[in-house]
Amino acid sequence: MSDVLVERGPEGTVAVGAIDRMLNLCREHSLWYLLFGTACCAIELMQTGGPRTDADRFGMVFRSTPRQADVMILAGTISYKMASRIRRLYDQMADYKYVISMGSCANTGGLFKDSYAVVQGGDLIVPVDVYLPGCPPRPESLLEGLMLIQQKIEREPWLSRVRGKIPPPKDPWPEGSRCP
Amino acid sequence: MRALAEYLAASWQLSPLGRELLSAGLILLTAIVVFAVALLIAALLTWLERRVAGRVQSRVGPNRVGPLGLLQWLADGLKMILKEDVVPAAADRPLFLLAPYPVMIGVFAAFATVPFSQLLIAADLDVGVLYLIAVTSLVVVGILMAGWGSNNKWSLLGGIRSAAQIVAYEVPAALALLSVVVMAGTLSLQSIVAAQGGWPWEWYLLRTPFGFVAFFIYFTAAVAEGNRTPFDLPEAESELVAGYNTEYSGIRFGGFFLGEFANIYLMSAIASALFFGGWQIPGVTPAEQVGSVWWQALGFLVFVAKAGVGCLVVILLRWTFPRLRVDQLTALCYRYLAPGAFLCLVGNALWIVLVPAGSLFERMVGYGMTAVAAALGLWFVLRMRRHMVSTGDRLDLDLFARGHTRAAFDPAWQARAYGRFRRRRPGEAS
Repeated sequence: MSDVLVERGPEGTVAVGAIDRMLNLCREHSLWYLLFGTACCAIELMQTGGPRTDADRFGMVFRSTPRQADVMILAGTISYKMASRIRRLYDQMADYKYVISMGSCANTGGLFKDSYAVVQGGDLIVPVDVYLPGCPPRPESLLEGLMLIQQKIEREPWLSRVRGKIPPPKDPWPEGSRCP
Repeated sequence: MRALAEYLAASWQLSPLGRELLSAGLILLTAIVVFAVALLIAALLTWLERRVAGRVQSRVGPNRVGPLGLLQWLADGLKMILKEDVVPAAADRPLFLLAPYPVMIGVFAAFATVPFSQLLIAADLDVGVLYLIAVTSLVVVGILMAGWGSNNKWSLLGGIRSAAQIVAYEVPAALALLSVVVMAGTLSLQSIVAAQGGWPWEWYLLRTPFGFVAFFIYFTAAVAEGNRTPFDLPEAESELVAGYNTEYSGIRFGGFFLGEFANIYLMSAIASALFFGGWQIPGVTPAEQVGSVWWQALGFLVFVAKAGVGCLVVILLRWTFPRLRVDQLTALCYRYLAPGAFLCLVGNALWIVLVPAGSLFERMVGYGMTAVAAALGLWFVLRMRRHMVSTGDRLDLDLFARGHTRAAFDPAWQARAYGRFRRRRPGEAS
């Protein structure tokens, strides 16, 4: 079993088998991201699909409906009014799903630190997998974030997760709790 | 297929029940093969679409999965199977779950009568064209089911738009196909192909002026029936999120997706068989072709090439044209295409009565039409060339471009390609 990858992490020691790796290879090369932006970072999000950093090379295309998207990119400042919408979109996405927090505002509130109207970080609303620094991050940076998601997928024990042997990632607002 | 069944039944000396079972098994086998072929074609078309989109937008397109990204469809398909299959709580569950099947059945069942070559056809029905028109109408049932069953306002609007559009455009499409049927005097696709010839002036496209018009009407109507841009109102992203498949995730969405792409090939194949002479090779009669394996293979290639060019045109249309408005769409159908198709039908019918078959006049019209079509093609090429020369662009058809996007990273290439409009640095000589 040379192609078994053993991963030690917070979830304990986990073996990623050959079938897992094949499935992961398919999943990571077909990351469809949600066409959704909350502020100016969305301009850079649009650029990422353009000719200079062609995300379609890696099989990443945008979908405008959350049901068909795999990655949600929190692109920009999140106001309190938008927070519940973001949570709703996240809940509408079909499993499996990943979140990239793009830019300082989505990471920590950034420029709008201590603002009365801005959520101090997207991870207060949805579980975030990758944080991208920058104001805004360049398209290359976003592409790297997407590739980090690919790396994460590559090491995921998909079959064990489906069988419920591994708990899902920690969610700040698990099912049943009230949305912010 | 029937000959094979009879041969096997005779050689195995089967009872009547055994014969029935044998023919049922063969039909099932054929169905599976047709389904697999259609699925493969649809999957490869998704690759082609994304590569062409890449070239149009001076990108590269998928190139990581397999050589040149050719296995991208495999990654997408497996991913869609792995995704969660969400059924909204408010949805009409049975309708929602069943909706992709009529769409897929409608398109894939039509592949049974596509004449890939003289012998390579799953079922050469006597009512082939009628069957095609009837079976592809099933798509609209699935789309309406999806629109209604999702219990979502965008889905419903998309589904209703799609139903209105498909039902409306079926009229000109069917009438345009009928104008060919009138010429051939048969509904069987193989007989229609056999009634044409290998040379362009023997095609129904160029044999009469009405056939020429009928082809364009059919092509426009078929693009509209397939919900492709510029007629993709049912999926209009700026208005309806994703139209009737807004609520679909995972492989159920994949069903709609594959149905749409299989439909592109289907309409190109029908156009190729009915208007472009199908598998006919110039200078080879069908009687000569039937005996030789090599002629058969060449005929298959000719057919696939003609259909492939059609697919390429449909895909290029999508990435060049903006979307129509709803009223423009219906006006185009009911005001122009439907009466035009009816005139073509009447014109071709009169042609058969008034012009004797094989007369000098008919042949001269064929040659003249071919000359006109060639002149139009030449005019198009020259016009494109003039545009490219005046903007300093260059012809870039490299669908198989590898690696990085040259336009983005190679300054020398940029200077060559976009020299006229390149931004000058301060102090740089212009």
